[in-house]
Amino acid sequence: MDVISEFFSEYDGLQAFRTTIYLTLLSAVFALLIGTVVAVMRVSPVRVLQVIGTAYVNIVRNTPLTLVIVFCNLGLFLQLGVALANKDSNTFINDNNFRLAVLGLSVYHASFVAEAIRSGVNTVPLGQAEAARAIGLPFLKTLRYVVLPQAFRGAIAPLGNVLIALTKNSTVASVIGVTEASAVMKVMIENRPDVLFIVFGIFALGFVILTLPVGVLFTSMSKRLAVKR
Amino acid sequence: MRQRIIAALGIAGLAATGLVACGDDSGSGSGSSGGGEKVTIGIKYDQPGIGLKEGAKYTGMDVDVATYVAKELGYDEKNITFKEAPSAQRETLLANGQVKMIFASYSITDARKEKVSFAGPYLTAGQDLLVKADSDISGPDGLNGKRLCSVTGSTSAQKVKDKFAKTVQLQEYDTYSKCVEALGAGAIDALTTDNTILAGYASQEANKGKFKVVGQTFSTERYGVGLKKGDTATCTKVNDALKKMVDSGEWQKAFDKNLGASGLKLDPATNPPKTFDTCA
Repeated sequence: MDVISEFFSEYDGLQAFRTTIYLTLLSAVFALLIGTVVAVMRVSPVRVLQVIGTAYVNIVRNTPLTLVIVFCNLGLFLQLGVALANKDSNTFINDNNFRLAVLGLSVYHASFVAEAIRSGVNTVPLGQAEAARAIGLPFLKTLRYVVLPQAFRGAIAPLGNVLIALTKNSTVASVIGVTEASAVMKVMIENRPDVLFIVFGIFALGFVILTLPVGVLFTSMSKRLAVKR
Repeated sequence: MRQRIIAALGIAGLAATGLVACGDDSGSGSGSSGGGEKVTIGIKYDQPGIGLKEGAKYTGMDVDVATYVAKELGYDEKNITFKEAPSAQRETLLANGQVKMIFASYSITDARKEKVSFAGPYLTAGQDLLVKADSDISGPDGLNGKRLCSVTGSTSAQKVKDKFAKTVQLQEYDTYSKCVEALGAGAIDALTTDNTILAGYASQEANKGKFKVVGQTFSTERYGVGLKKGDTATCTKVNDALKKMVDSGEWQKAFDKNLGASGLKLDPATNPPKTFDTCA
């Protein structure tokens, strides 16, 4: 079983999983921000914003993630020259790839976050928004004080699903050279074809350890925090 | 809660049996085709000059050698089925009998000999660098502070970093073609892998005149024919076929056709191969 000690010492597998976690958490934060804005656009009374929001969700959600990530590198960086790190730094390639991957993952998952939040908005009875309007709150204040707080609490379970999907989808970042868990797995399989299944098992277990608690946490939160009606 | 856990385990079990069933299907399906007149051979689909799939056509040195060897073994050309053999799956494909032989720039190494048997070598390549035609990089030592590209999971780039240039920055992609793209755009300074693969990219129609292979090889890669572990009978036949191919001049013809245009200089001491490893 020396392959397990190799995982820790020679290949620094823990560092790889740390990169996976950073990718996931950073992308989750940005996806939540972008997704909330898109969801608000979709439920807003302004027709133009609705169209833009709907177009964003439908275009991004139906584009394969690999394409989105590869576009961030080959399109944004190579062709258009958009660099997200200091070009003279001696860690430029790693920093730039990591940030491009975060960008791609955020933009992609924002469409799913937006749909999750919109489903949360749909759980809020129409009377709530009408009451808010009746006491003179404008659209944004109605959202902020009345609708969104309830919507987020109703959307916890689907948001948890998006987070779990995001954790696993972060492996796609390896196509542009981010050394997260699946990239290190490829290196280990290349060097140790004799213990293929153990290597695969280690990484599968790693992902179970990352995602299972998230699922349990979000399920219990969705039960405790849901607005009882 | 308890019910939910049981349900979850049940579903996981169902999923697992689904996967197992899947594995069985593919195993038996192609296993039967390996026995009779037909033969399945593993090649690379994405290496111009070596093994490339363009539409329904297969081209490259590996493909031509494979076709010749298969003919010598008694398989008609139209009975050969080519199957993609990605690096990470080669050992499994052979062990499961999904392919009978693998011709896929498959270097003979001791770790791999634990899992598969090798006939050959039929070509001796070496790790090298591909740079822009006007680049002044003359070898791996000149890479310090430069940007180097290779494929995720390959050992090529790591070797450069460990042995020659400590401060080189590594860009890894999932395919070499993305590296070629980045090299063309000037985002990286060099691409490293076997000189045969590099020559294939340099001589592609779209890249002609844009790149050059540096020509300072710093490793020896002996491409062998991967066979199921312990298949000495086939191994001996393959070696005889390879010997005949070299002696008849067909080997040189295949080389000239696939890699000759690139100006690639292989080490004449080992190419074309005159001695073959003993089959074990």
